[in-house]
Amino acid sequence: MKVRTDQFRQLSQEALENRFIRGAIARANVSFRAARVAAIDSMPDWEQLRQQGHDIKRRALDHLPWALEEFEKNLTARGGQVHFCEDGASARDTVLSIVRSHGATRVTKSKSMATEEIGLNPCLEEAGVRVVEGDLGEYIVQLAGEAPSHIISPAIHKSREEISRLLNEHIDCPLDADIPDMTRAARRALRDDFLGAEVGISGVNFAVAQSGTVVIVENEGNARMSTTIPKVHIAVVGIEKVVPRLEDLSVLLRILCRSATGQRISSYVSFISGPRTAVEAEGPEELHVVFLDAGRSRLWADPKTRASLHCIRCGACLNFCPVYERVGGHAYGWVYPGPIGSVITPHYVGIERSSDLPQASSLCGRCAEVCPVKIPLPDMLLDLRARNVDAGGVRATERWSMRLFSMLASMPVLWRTLTFVGRPLYRLLESSGLAARMPGAPGRWSRSRALPKVGTPSFRARWRATDGFRDRPGAGRGDRRGDES
Amino acid sequence: MDSPPRVSLFVTCLVDVLFPKVGESVVRVLRHHGVDVDFPGAQTCCGQPAFNAGFRDEARRVAEHFLEVFESAAMIVCPSGSCASMVKEHYPQLFEDRPALRERFEALGQKTWEFSSFLTEVLGVTELPGELTGSTTWHDCCHSLRGLGIREGPRRLLSSLRGGEFRELEDSETCCGFGGLFSVKFDSISAAMLADKVKHLEACGADRLAATDCSCLMHIAGGLERRGSKVRPMHIAEVLAEALESGGESASSS
Repeated sequence: MKVRTDQFRQLSQEALENRFIRGAIARANVSFRAARVAAIDSMPDWEQLRQQGHDIKRRALDHLPWALEEFEKNLTARGGQVHFCEDGASARDTVLSIVRSHGATRVTKSKSMATEEIGLNPCLEEAGVRVVEGDLGEYIVQLAGEAPSHIISPAIHKSREEISRLLNEHIDCPLDADIPDMTRAARRALRDDFLGAEVGISGVNFAVAQSGTVVIVENEGNARMSTTIPKVHIAVVGIEKVVPRLEDLSVLLRILCRSATGQRISSYVSFISGPRTAVEAEGPEELHVVFLDAGRSRLWADPKTRASLHCIRCGACLNFCPVYERVGGHAYGWVYPGPIGSVITPHYVGIERSSDLPQASSLCGRCAEVCPVKIPLPDMLLDLRARNVDAGGVRATERWSMRLFSMLASMPVLWRTLTFVGRPLYRLLESSGLAARMPGAPGRWSRSRALPKVGTPSFRARWRATDGFRDRPGAGRGDRRGDES
Repeated sequence: MDSPPRVSLFVTCLVDVLFPKVGESVVRVLRHHGVDVDFPGAQTCCGQPAFNAGFRDEARRVAEHFLEVFESAAMIVCPSGSCASMVKEHYPQLFEDRPALRERFEALGQKTWEFSSFLTEVLGVTELPGELTGSTTWHDCCHSLRGLGIREGPRRLLSSLRGGEFRELEDSETCCGFGGLFSVKFDSISAAMLADKVKHLEACGADRLAATDCSCLMHIAGGLERRGSKVRPMHIAEVLAEALESGGESASSS
């Protein structure tokens, strides 16, 4: 997928100015949040589950090479084929060659962020393959020629009117159709695509090493269709999605569904452990699992970034992020938006062209609070900011002002002198209105906020002048002198 | 009687320079509870601006100065959840490669308290004898709430004041959009967050807004002023000091 992470400022500004997008995302976020809160309120052991989820993913990653081999061994034993791809290009080639080897021209897909990451659809289309997204939200953004703007709700930014125009243009659906009718029309159109597809491509939520099983969580049944009707099923999966044992899912499925949509369990959970066997009448004849690295082993090797691979793509950090809520998913400029996007994207596309992402956070910590696998997202944003400084990614003015700041803040006499001189100067600039017109911080602050007024002497000066505020009745109980000199 | 608890006040740079009345209120409320307060004059800033901007070496330098100033203190009280969590949470992280120093920073963090939590947890204050008119609402500053787990304590204190009414604020746990340099680096996103906070405050209709941190209050105040709103943003120490002055001080010093 095309990287536009260096345009965060411009893209976020456009989104902020688009009242519709902001309203739509805010409304969706409010309902996502309410659903999650309701689902979790009924679980007294939620924090314990989060800890278990964290521990499971940590252990899985501790033994990642073993788990991948184990998965391969167990799936291969049942007739599945496993491919390991180092980067997006080799994953695309692998998928394309499987599609070609079957002479396939029609492919249906179920939701997959990994295939967005490697830009699979354009690659298949260039090769003359018709690709249809089966998830309704993905279908809508595909018709619109856009990318998903949310991990689990790809068309969250689209209005009902836009969607009805799109459907009217592409399929048999009247412009005045209501939402259930639009859904029915899309369903009818998609049904033909599912029945005619020669290859189905899916994402994967969990890959279980113990049994060589891929697990797919969904609500619409499109993944079930894509993975059972076509003769060939190709599952594309990030290497971090492998977990050791089936029983791990008893925790992971619970925390995923509740965190994502507030459901206790999604409408469909598919467990696929191999292609059709001799005694089965249905199911694909071939099953390929394409493991994608594409930078993940780099994140894995670094103890400071490994925990970002815990992510189970529930989208809760997006739903609770006050920045995501205002700027939407497309502003982040690549596949993964929101806090988790800001944390992993710079490692995938390079910090030098995505340095705004970790900066664009008030570090409010809401994301870490709701993350079901306890990824320390704010700490990771801070780590990225430090890496950006170390890589020379900040302007000289910022670097020098921080050096000056730290020097002053560790030299109390200079610090006191500066604040002594600085206060009246600031007062002059603020009261005359000059500060608000200054470039840089005061001017930017003043665009939407009044600057604070500074009146009476500093605390320090008052403490000294009043002998530690001992000039008023009732002030002197049990006191000793401060050591202010 | 036991000797009074002794604390060193880390007033924070923001309070020292811009909001001295908050510092004075902290001193008054602490003294009302018999606390012996001193103010180490060599204090500066906790270094969070450098740390949050990714300048780790610069932040370490400030942290070492802080250690020098406050290491000998019995306890450290600070009218900011954000600065307190810088000391408690991030200082030890900054020195994880230097175990001996890290240990000293951990000890420093353990005796550092945000002002309202010092009142409720160390002193065990559950109610204040003061009196207040009008209604008060509460904004949960992110680092106090999610960094230090401060939620019920200040609400209980404010609710205990005679004459005043406590009102909950919608989305009180959502960030006001300040975030330090974030507020100027990404001022339009920050302003959009602030606009919602101001909207909720106006809908709440309380006379005053209290919080643990002057940074968030400064941000919210800037937005309220632009809207011509009548809500008064006040640090919790100011609210408590005002209440004590108008009713409690004489009653309790007997």
